[in-house]
Amino acid sequence: MSLPSPAVAVPRWDRPNALTFMVTVLALAFLVWSFSNVGLSWERMQRGFPALGSILDRMFPPDLERLPQILRSLLITFQMALVGCVLGLILAFPLAILAADGLSPHPVIKQLARGLIAFFRTVPDLVWALLFVIAVGLGPAAGVMAIMVDKIGFAGRFFAEAMEEVDKGPQEALAAIGATRSGLIFSAVVPQALPSFIATSLFSLEKAVRGSVILGLVGAGGIGVELKVAFDLFDYDTAATIIIAVFLLVVLVEQVSNRIRKRLL
Amino acid sequence: MALALALPDESLIEALPPALRIQGLRKAFGARTILDGLDLEVEPGTAVALIGANGAGKSTLLRMLVRLIEPDAGRMTLLGEAVSDLAPGPLRAFRRRVGIVFQRHNLVGRLSALSNVLHGVQARRSGPRTWLHALAPAADRAEALACLAEVGLADRALQRADSLSGGQSQRVAIARMLMQRPEFILADEPDASLDPRSGEEIMDLLYRLAKDKGLTLIVISHRLEHTLRYSDRIVGLADGRITLDRPSRLADPRHLRQFFTGRDHEE
Repeated sequence: MSLPSPAVAVPRWDRPNALTFMVTVLALAFLVWSFSNVGLSWERMQRGFPALGSILDRMFPPDLERLPQILRSLLITFQMALVGCVLGLILAFPLAILAADGLSPHPVIKQLARGLIAFFRTVPDLVWALLFVIAVGLGPAAGVMAIMVDKIGFAGRFFAEAMEEVDKGPQEALAAIGATRSGLIFSAVVPQALPSFIATSLFSLEKAVRGSVILGLVGAGGIGVELKVAFDLFDYDTAATIIIAVFLLVVLVEQVSNRIRKRLL
Repeated sequence: MALALALPDESLIEALPPALRIQGLRKAFGARTILDGLDLEVEPGTAVALIGANGAGKSTLLRMLVRLIEPDAGRMTLLGEAVSDLAPGPLRAFRRRVGIVFQRHNLVGRLSALSNVLHGVQARRSGPRTWLHALAPAADRAEALACLAEVGLADRALQRADSLSGGQSQRVAIARMLMQRPEFILADEPDASLDPRSGEEIMDLLYRLAKDKGLTLIVISHRLEHTLRYSDRIVGLADGRITLDRPSRLADPRHLRQFFTGRDHEE
């Protein structure tokens, strides 16, 4: 018994149209060009890995002599992240209300708020740190401001999304009895969005702690300054101590924030 | 002279205006006419059951009374206010006087029953002390508790709203409406998403509260027996107009049944 042969042959692949084909070829060409343009070569890698090995070799065992100073810097770094984060979250909240669909008082205000949040988010925190180092001088204050602005951008977006996603029923019920906008927001919207707010806030803090290490490299205070100095002086075993200390701090903050998240949500 | 003496009585009757007067109300959604020049008057303190097949415009009519939906044409006077003419500010002030019970209870699940009831006070006042029962002035807390007691849920005051059953949630929503101190109650299928017994209890509660407080009530229900039992007057809507209007005790269930058909295939 043979199967009936189909009347038409079914192609295995869709034939790409000319535009798709051209875009694909250009994208591949760009990728190849990128590889050649970044100076990544086999010889360099062959030279690089042994060099990295020798640095690692000089890093161990880590030098604990400057540990008290490093821990003090680490504390400052964490405090910088904490303060910057709290300030950022506090400022992100009203901005998120202005940017949220259905809560913003006016479409123009909504677009302005969204634009501001997007701008804060897209400019990297390192760039903010450079700006604030110039504006307020070297030290943790510049780091705090940089983290604050970065977190306004990050949390502002997620706060707004969380408030847009809540069940609209309670809002409508309160609007129907003539409640004010602030009444709607704080009675119906915020309680529903709270778990999301907490998750975003904890994640912001984790991000801020990681980010605050880098900020020191441009002079915005904290442990990054120590790290830069250690590398500049080829003091690799001290650098190793700093890197391990930073690693432990980040892991600790992530663990604690996971615990809090699980407990609260 | 006899005529002159009779006049004061007449004017007294005239002076007692209806709680609701609707004249020539029209509404169309696109090409579909929902209400086609509807007229209705409701005396104060009456419980009116609004019936009609699905899509007959019952919910639309109810929402238009507080202008959650805007009518195309016609005049509505509710509690002496020309609702159709109200500017946004006065409209908000007017809405405070009308309590609405929706099919969905619309509670904030993560807050306690008591906080949800307290939110009803936002009809009169705003500010942080109206957001959570923990922040509320003692008098407001006591009133919210009393409202919960009226719906039989005083013992659940601190329970989170999302842990309550459907019937209990609807009771909390009614308590929130009482907290608003309404002068007029609109209820849009308050029994729809509940099991038969809870639905009946909710209808009984609403009717009893309206009677106890002398409030005018307009209620939509898809259950014939509820409609008959928990209303003074039945108004039937079909083809955008009122095609039935009689006291509930004189209504013939067989005649009413036609207003409850067409439900299954339209939903």
